[in-house]
Amino acid sequence: MGTLNILVGVCLIYVVFLFLIAFAAERAALEGRGGWLRSPMIYTLSLSIYCTAWTFYGAVGYAARSGLEYLTIYIGPSLVMIGWWWLLRKLVRIGRSQRITSIADLISSRYGKSNLLAVGVTVLAVIGTTPYIALQLQSVTVSFDVFSSAYGGELTQAAQGSNALLVAAGLSLFTIVFGTRNLDVNERHHGVVMAVAVEAIVKLLALLAVGIFVVWGLAGGVGDTFARIDASEIGQWQMRGDRWATLIFLSGAAFLCLPRMFQVMVVENEDEDHLRTASWAFPAYLMVMSLFVVPIAVVGLDLLPPGSNPDFFVLTVPLATGNDALAMLSFLGGFSSATSMVIVAALALSTMVSNHIVMPIWLSMQTGGASVSGDVRHVVLLSRRISIAAVVFLGYLYFRLSGGGTALASIGLISFAGVAQFLPVLIGGIFWRGATRTGAFVGLTVGFLIWAYTLLLPSFGAGTLVSETMLTEGPLGLSWLRPQAFFGISGMDPLVHAVFWSILLNTMSFFIASLVGFPSPLERLQGAQFVNVFEHSSTPQSWAGSLAQTEDLMVMAQRIIGAREAQNLFEREAKRQGMSGLLPEPSPDFLQRLERELAGSVGAATAHAMIGQIVGGASVSVEDLMAVADETAQMMEYSSKLEAKSEEQARTARQLRQANEKLTLISEQKDSFLSQVSHELRTPMTSIRAFSEILRDSDRLTEDEKIKYSSIIHDEALRLTRLLDDLLDLSVLESGRVNLNMQSGKLRGILDHAVASALTGAGKDKMRVVRNTAAEEITLNTDLDRLSQVFINLIGNAQKYCDSPSPKLRIEVSQSSGTLVVDFIDNGSGIPKTEQAVIFEKFSRTGEQKVKGAGLGLAICREIMTRLDGAVEYLPGQGGAAFRVTLPGEVALAAQ
Amino acid sequence: MSAKHTIPFLERQSYRRRRLIDTIRTLPVIGAVLWAVPLLWQQSEAPDVVTTSDAIVYIFMVWLLLVVGGGWLARSLKRSDAEETEREG
Repeated sequence: MGTLNILVGVCLIYVVFLFLIAFAAERAALEGRGGWLRSPMIYTLSLSIYCTAWTFYGAVGYAARSGLEYLTIYIGPSLVMIGWWWLLRKLVRIGRSQRITSIADLISSRYGKSNLLAVGVTVLAVIGTTPYIALQLQSVTVSFDVFSSAYGGELTQAAQGSNALLVAAGLSLFTIVFGTRNLDVNERHHGVVMAVAVEAIVKLLALLAVGIFVVWGLAGGVGDTFARIDASEIGQWQMRGDRWATLIFLSGAAFLCLPRMFQVMVVENEDEDHLRTASWAFPAYLMVMSLFVVPIAVVGLDLLPPGSNPDFFVLTVPLATGNDALAMLSFLGGFSSATSMVIVAALALSTMVSNHIVMPIWLSMQTGGASVSGDVRHVVLLSRRISIAAVVFLGYLYFRLSGGGTALASIGLISFAGVAQFLPVLIGGIFWRGATRTGAFVGLTVGFLIWAYTLLLPSFGAGTLVSETMLTEGPLGLSWLRPQAFFGISGMDPLVHAVFWSILLNTMSFFIASLVGFPSPLERLQGAQFVNVFEHSSTPQSWAGSLAQTEDLMVMAQRIIGAREAQNLFEREAKRQGMSGLLPEPSPDFLQRLERELAGSVGAATAHAMIGQIVGGASVSVEDLMAVADETAQMMEYSSKLEAKSEEQARTARQLRQANEKLTLISEQKDSFLSQVSHELRTPMTSIRAFSEILRDSDRLTEDEKIKYSSIIHDEALRLTRLLDDLLDLSVLESGRVNLNMQSGKLRGILDHAVASALTGAGKDKMRVVRNTAAEEITLNTDLDRLSQVFINLIGNAQKYCDSPSPKLRIEVSQSSGTLVVDFIDNGSGIPKTEQAVIFEKFSRTGEQKVKGAGLGLAICREIMTRLDGAVEYLPGQGGAAFRVTLPGEVALAAQ
Repeated sequence: MSAKHTIPFLERQSYRRRRLIDTIRTLPVIGAVLWAVPLLWQQSEAPDVVTTSDAIVYIFMVWLLLVVGGGWLARSLKRSDAEETEREG
């Protein structure tokens, strides 16, 4: 019994070790140091829960009974993994974008978040998995039994049973501790995954060790092993083709549909990229796992007495050869495979049971709906924990009831065929938009009924659940309904028969019911979402949140995902909506995001129902569809906004171009102004210098000449002064720093003064001025000096430029609509049209330079009039040069 | 919905990448065909029956081929993805 005690000790140490590993992984993930937890290798290793005790012990037994048929169980998944681009990639993407928590969640989500479907899938998954869990418990207890009997300690049936119970309790505890530690929105369990990965390595090493020991230690090398294989009773290829093909299909299907595989493959997936590595690494793992199975089987058949259970050759061969350490390693390998499967299966099933059965029932029992008081978070966790214990206990119960006699492989295959019924619905759901909830429901029902009828019930043995006569003659004498020979086609292998008919009729009824029915809007939206997951990864299905109370939602969310997470989520949303504070508007967008967050914790259907209770209207309403339509409208609005924006930009660009052109023009004007100023200054300076030099240097000047020259100098100096005065005046006016000296006075007086000063010194050329003095009796209130400056300038210009033989100037005053207009019209030839545009510019002088002037007069006039809020402009078409001075009405009115 | 804007011809790298994905898609088909070959073998009653050791060698060789091929393709895809992001970035 010493070795047995050591075995128990090693087992306990191993279990403690697993607990520590899982704990460390959880801690690391919590502290953000979990980078290595998310490596593709860990992901690949976690997939190895596919290899349960069935693989570890059962494969050898399978090989000893049926030769190479056991390989089909690993070939199927290998093909699925190698073909990852077809299916797994899409599945993982859907799982991530829709926050899928289990296969039941996936199917219910796809078919319009139907809870009925989720319940159905959950129940079927539990039915399909329970025998499998029993199988693991059985393998652990039997292997323990094998060990103890090898050392003479025969265990009683009761002891076996208590062993199984102990194992079941331990596994439940582990799963509860690491599987329901928290409600993760992503439903990932680092501790569990890490422990599973470690166990994957242990079982691989154990099987390899036994294999190497058998091939090189017992059989004497590869060549001898092959010789032994060929000489054994499984030495010839004897394979039924239908079984070969069916089993490859079945194992591939089960690989996709087993709840625990879905858990590690889709739900626990951290990064889509990991799939790429797993696509070749996992087939490699499977290959290595199945490499030594046949040699162990053959050597076991040779070595051990006939009649010994081939299922435990992995254990009994090392024991029989006295290799205790190897046997112990092998036991640990088997233990690992069994425990990891039970842990993950219990986790996956408990998620399904709690999300799709317990929570909906609990919610419907709460009269006030989801917003009543009480910690939902706590309820969810509790229901998960109870579900885990219940699932494992169910397995234990099955183990006790079945008595643990059945060959491992056959239980495994029945279970595989059961879960494979999900396949048509799963594949149809993610590739065919026309698949409907009715179709899924009908297909699943038909498939499972046929599976149960043709495979599950007969498996308990003729005469237990199915009577002998029913097997041979069919129910009620209907021979075409015999469980193992549908439609009178007998002679098929029972498993092939069951798989063929169940999958075929399942697919057909699913297809036909989908074709006939019409899906609800939610189904159609979800269908588009799933099938075209690579094109858009956000769900168009949304809530109309007008009735929702954000506070209620907050209360509910806090209870499910935890207070801090919920507050963070709400705050983020509020910020996204551009609001301050904690509570965002219950926009459809926000509700949809919230639902997805909640779905990570309680499943899509429940989350939908919970929000539905608060928001009101648990199904797709017109508003939802309108919201979807709104999105399109928003997009269109957005694009039209873009268009408007680009138009605006074009406009701005045009304006900028214009401004630039103007600036260039002004710059040119400035240059020409400077050159003109210097020119204008130089001309008088030159004559002043020249004449002053003459005066200084020549002595023989007559008095007349002296007077003449000095008067020229004087004139030029005056002109220079005038020019400088004008320039100064202009710059003051232009810069706007001019001070207006407001006075009151009669227009007539101003004109009198202007005419007098403009015409002084004109001599005989003095022009005739025609005025209507009666109209000029208007009192003005303005800067009279400046106004008179303008008048003088205009009258002076007329005097200077009028080329008529008898020059005449008409000054017409009129008042129209509040403005005072004074026109100065002469009878000359006027100003040519081409020059009319520039006469108000600085230094512009018309025609030949017969008259001296700087060309600043009109520019100054215009500046003055602008300051006086009036205007001066050229008045074309009056028979001569005509200028119009306009004064604002208030100037005239103010003084009346 | 407006028609999607598609480019009629791809750059060389993108073209290569698509053909690479085609190869990845084909690999499981090749595997399935190769593993279906045992269906053609003679059954145990026949005179020139395939021995189990030959069958093991054949099946595991296919396996190895698929693993190595899959690994190589996955690696090439990763590299091509990296190049793609490099060009885009």
